[in-house]
Amino acid sequence: MTSTPKISIPPSAEAVAPGETGEAPQARSAADSRILIESSDVSLFYGPSQALKRISIDIRERLVTAFIGPSGCGKSTFLRCFNRMNDLIDHVRVQGRIQIGGHDIYSGDVDVIELRKRVGMVFQKSNPFPKSIFENIAYGLRLHGMRNGPELQGVVEQSLRGAALWDEVKDRLHSSALGLSGGQQQRLCIARAIAIRPQILLMDEPASALDPIATAKIEELILELKKEFTIVIVTHNMQQAARISDLTAFFYLGELIEYDVTTKIFTNPGKKQTEDYVTGRFG
Amino acid sequence: MAGAGITLAATLLILLILAIILGNVLWHGLPSLSFRFVFSGADRDMFDVNKAGILPMLVGTASRVILMSFFVIPVGVITAIYLNEYAKPTSATTRVIRSAVNNLAGVPSIVFGLFGMGFFIHFAGGSMDRLFHPGSAEPVWNKPGILWASLTLAVMTMPLVIVATEESLKAIAPGLREASLALGATKLETVRKIVLPQALPGILTGGILAVSRAGGEVAPILFTGAAYYMAHYPQALTDQFMDLGYHVFVLSTQSPNVDQTRPILFATVLTLLLLTFTLNVVAIIIRARIRRGMRAAH
Repeated sequence: MTSTPKISIPPSAEAVAPGETGEAPQARSAADSRILIESSDVSLFYGPSQALKRISIDIRERLVTAFIGPSGCGKSTFLRCFNRMNDLIDHVRVQGRIQIGGHDIYSGDVDVIELRKRVGMVFQKSNPFPKSIFENIAYGLRLHGMRNGPELQGVVEQSLRGAALWDEVKDRLHSSALGLSGGQQQRLCIARAIAIRPQILLMDEPASALDPIATAKIEELILELKKEFTIVIVTHNMQQAARISDLTAFFYLGELIEYDVTTKIFTNPGKKQTEDYVTGRFG
Repeated sequence: MAGAGITLAATLLILLILAIILGNVLWHGLPSLSFRFVFSGADRDMFDVNKAGILPMLVGTASRVILMSFFVIPVGVITAIYLNEYAKPTSATTRVIRSAVNNLAGVPSIVFGLFGMGFFIHFAGGSMDRLFHPGSAEPVWNKPGILWASLTLAVMTMPLVIVATEESLKAIAPGLREASLALGATKLETVRKIVLPQALPGILTGGILAVSRAGGEVAPILFTGAAYYMAHYPQALTDQFMDLGYHVFVLSTQSPNVDQTRPILFATVLTLLLLTFTLNVVAIIIRARIRRGMRAAH
């Protein structure tokens, strides 16, 4: 098997979507932004079966990168490589190299705890702890050494504001998080993730279990969050990818088929498979 | 229709049997169950309905059950956490531990009694005496005592605690563990702060089962600590104790005057039932309070 060439954004990316006003700045930022995550030849095996095949991709800072593809194509598995959540599964083997900010996160001396502090995650199914709203946010802060006091309260408030949830919950911070609606719970999970100030936010289909209104709120929030965080989002919803992402990667059967500026992927994809998928011919 | 009839009949049969047993005990035991009987010592005449008291037995049984809980709950819970959170489910070690737990549950209680005598009294106690009291003429640890009886009961009830704890650990959504780990918590922090608080009601259920089972057991303590008669309450872990269940056996087989003893025999059985019942109710109330606390979530 030969090494697949790394798919990167061409420097002249903005040139590929001519005439589409409003999309050019997006495309320009994609080309200008610094590379934060660099994945080279990453393969992943569940026991004998290979789930990811030599994936090489660059994720750029403070942009939203969407992973799309049919179920089972490996996009979630790949996402979970970035914070080493796959470590928790037995018989998983990762080959290749993933560098975040120039450091190989699979090398022996990496502290996984530190890595997960830098790379936060929001899951498909909202999973607030069965504690109060306040305690949900404070949990991560306390883990990393913050004591009770004005600082803790300040960060909790700031995180809830950051997740556009503060106004809805400020009067009931000490009641159970499980009493919130589905969309609120998911925004609480986002608040919990950003409370510990990660650099990167991984989102694994964060809106797939939500109604359209709650989904719209999450999408709005993602656009707000990308000012501060580098966001990688897995989504099944192609309109969502088109609405919120700057760059889109299309995965199929464990392979990265195409990675480019979102507008290009959806209007003028380079590969037949991508075109078939985004136009709804399969998947 | 036939199915409904048969299942209903079976249910009624069980209720009937329970009603007969409880009714019989209440009918014969209640008249002799007095404040004086429950709260006076056994030093006057344990077989005479007008003089006997069972406070020492009540204290003995309660103490051995409480002491047992101190051993069985921590060890059982930690084992369950190991099996469910740390061990690989398919590994040989896990399978061996699991089948050992299951087999332990099937061992007859008299065998635990013999094991307790052989292992705790003679082996552990004997070794302690050789180490700590080498010149002593009287054995200190190498004899039946409340510590050994409680440990024997703890071994016997261990599977109940392990299984109940494991069930409650399995019921916790995996997403909660993932969420905690993704925030940079270690496995131990996740277990302590997220998993264990969630499992607490299940752990208490295991404790309740263990207490109810151990409360009425006699065979395991027969060789390991129960005394026919003692002039004083147990004052040290090495002391023997009088026990309600064992006292029922004594009253029904050793009495010089069967007619004089029968009423207190039933009253003792009733007291034993009430004690187990009370311990259960206390544990259930604690569990309910914790559950309510968890729902209110603070």
